[in-house]
Amino acid sequence: MTRYGWIRLVIVAALALFLEALCRTGVIPPLIMIPPSEMLAAAWRILASGEMKGDFYSSLANICIAIIFSVAGGFLAGLAIFSVPDLRAAAEPLLASYSAVPPIVFYPMLIVIFGLNRVPQVLLAVMFGFVPMAIHTINGLDRIRPVFLKVGRANRVSTFISIFRIQLPAAAPYLFIGVTLAVSYSIIGVISSEFVLSAKGIGHQISYAYDNYDNRAMYGLIVLVLGIATLLNTSLRYYSQRMLKRWTR
Amino acid sequence: MKSRRALYTGIFLAALFVSWHALYMAFGPRVLTPPWETFGNVVNILMAPVYWPHIGESIRSFSIALAIAFGLGTLGGVAIGGWRACAEVLEPLLVNFNSVPKVALYPVILLIFGLGMWAKVVFGVLHGVIPIMIASIGAVRNVNPIFVRSAQTMHLTRLQMIRRIWVPATIPEIFSGLRLGFSLTLLGTVFGEFFASQRGFGFLLMNAIDLRDVRTIMALILILVVFAVISNSALLAIDHRLHRRRA
Repeated sequence: MTRYGWIRLVIVAALALFLEALCRTGVIPPLIMIPPSEMLAAAWRILASGEMKGDFYSSLANICIAIIFSVAGGFLAGLAIFSVPDLRAAAEPLLASYSAVPPIVFYPMLIVIFGLNRVPQVLLAVMFGFVPMAIHTINGLDRIRPVFLKVGRANRVSTFISIFRIQLPAAAPYLFIGVTLAVSYSIIGVISSEFVLSAKGIGHQISYAYDNYDNRAMYGLIVLVLGIATLLNTSLRYYSQRMLKRWTR
Repeated sequence: MKSRRALYTGIFLAALFVSWHALYMAFGPRVLTPPWETFGNVVNILMAPVYWPHIGESIRSFSIALAIAFGLGTLGGVAIGGWRACAEVLEPLLVNFNSVPKVALYPVILLIFGLGMWAKVVFGVLHGVIPIMIASIGAVRNVNPIFVRSAQTMHLTRLQMIRRIWVPATIPEIFSGLRLGFSLTLLGTVFGEFFASQRGFGFLLMNAIDLRDVRTIMALILILVVFAVISNSALLAIDHRLHRRRA
């Protein structure tokens, strides 16, 4: 780890210790927040007891489906918009103002149309996630330098090689940004919709625990959600950076 | 090109209305209301005094959240960006926090701030402030060092330096961050009103869901979408202008 990474770790640890001290001395009453050490213990208990296994599987399955559809759909949409100029002229203002509308407001309508099951949740997450993927795909394809393609043509490489050895690696940095965003938006979409209205899932369990003043379960689940999101993001970033290094060597 | 864009926007809007109406034909009035009727309902809602306190409350909490997110994000971002080590340490933390589902933290905010306007404001700020901060850090750190060095060789005073170099060089990027922050703060505030709220736009929406009042749900969504798209287009126009002027 770099020096800055260590400083970061120390800061996070210091914050946690500070919170722990505040909670233990009663400055923050336990009705508002339980000490971080107990949050971790609660998180561990939830995982070990397996009482919420169904909720975790359901949420993770939703998130995975949403990620697949966001990434694939966003990439294909970006490719289509990039290759058809007319489509691009039509779609660009739309993409720019799409992020202005909070997709969660459509959730009630989706529930009415599809019923209270996983379809509206996944659909909402895909609505969140596929637009940044499309935007960054277009961005990446835009930045492929023409000279790369010319070199390819001069060497008479096949279309297949041109796509997989030249164009995709050249666009890769932007595609990875898109994937990272699509992943985090998929998580946000699934957890948020579960929180609003759902019969199952981690988000649902958090709101259930809140409604029942069950602070222990609530903070345990919050720690788990933050942990899962952080783990996915960090590993994705680490992996994409390694892959970029290999490709751009 | 411009007239072509307008034409495409027109075609898109027409297609939107046609598919909306088709959905209505397919699912019927129990699931959604047709376009024209929804517009009528919007007018009814906006004219009905019962709704005014709710809309006023939402506007108030959104404005406060926006002011805090803008101020805190810009000042914090510029301060962090100005100190290289600090930016290196904090930026990954901010990026990570940005990608976490903040709704998981809403119960905590409710417990700390209680039911009422401040919980919504804080939730809105929580959504909006981080992207603004990240954009501001980037803006400060991406200022071309040649500008700063040439200003130093010309012996600009501190004030001149800020006015002639830092502000014009960073404003476009900071503004892009503000535009994103605007949308996210709106999301956070409305989202915050969904739960444990007695007033506001989100409360009306949630209430309509509980009552399965499709007419009100659709009309409220339409109001929100129109507001979001119009304000975003205005901000986008300013954004393009700022970026063009720099180029």
